[in-house]
Amino acid sequence: MSDWPALDRFLATDPGDVGCEQALEVLHVYVEMVLEDADGSAARRYPGVAAHLAACPPCDDDFQGLLAATGATS
Amino acid sequence: MQLDAESVEWTRALESTGLVREQALARLHEMLLRIARGELRRRGGQHPISGPELDDLAHQAAADALLAITGKLSGFRGESRFTTWAYRFVILEVSTKLGRHFWRKPTVALDAQDWDRLPDRFGMDPADQAQWQGLVEALHRAVEEDLTPRQRQVFVAIVLQGVPLDALVAQLGSNRNAIYKTLFDARRKLRATLAANGYLSNAGNPAAVVLADVVLAEADEGRRS
Repeated sequence: MSDWPALDRFLATDPGDVGCEQALEVLHVYVEMVLEDADGSAARRYPGVAAHLAACPPCDDDFQGLLAATGATS
Repeated sequence: MQLDAESVEWTRALESTGLVREQALARLHEMLLRIARGELRRRGGQHPISGPELDDLAHQAAADALLAITGKLSGFRGESRFTTWAYRFVILEVSTKLGRHFWRKPTVALDAQDWDRLPDRFGMDPADQAQWQGLVEALHRAVEEDLTPRQRQVFVAIVLQGVPLDALVAQLGSNRNAIYKTLFDARRKLRATLAANGYLSNAGNPAAVVLADVVLAEADEGRRS
């Protein structure tokens, strides 16, 4: 890690990142896995989605929104 | 895949005709509207919209989501509950509508390439300018020389001007995946250049990347200013 961790993190890219399209395609499945099992099984089952959500603010916002909507009604 | 009872009920009602279908559509619209309103409230710190304008946006999101859901009903395979699948549509509609709405009252100057903001965005203390000056200059040079025109356009808009990614998507008539991929490639290229010139370590490539911290904070700041 450099002396400038924020820039270092911003420029770092994960080759496993599946991108927005694939992440959003399974977001509903991913959200239910997160709600049903908090021990990280969703991230293990979909590591590329977890990597993407960690790197993409808009998709993470959608994830948080769907998590809130589904959690509030389940 | 076996559907749960509630999902079976939803799909049957929406695939039927007459009053049964109309009642299901009305009930679904009501649910989508509630989710849209809740999501717009949840994202309140990211946009300046309120009152009737906010409710109008919720209605638009719910209506467009309902249309998408009925059009793609055959694509529901029961991998989740029907409601979770359906809510995804309205959440994505909220994102799209907020991205478009950004340009009604843009809070950024699109003709500016404000490199002076970069150090602050990345937590570089002015007191340490002697240490980071070379890095920032190298980054600036790499943006000008190594990126394609499209990568530079996306980098400047999102990183220097603080344009939210979904707003840039709306402005360029593109899609989120394409813009994200463009920025992803730009980030990778810039990192390689800075590492090759000794400004960043090649080892510093964490699996979980926190672009969110920087870009969301900037988007919030831009929308509030």
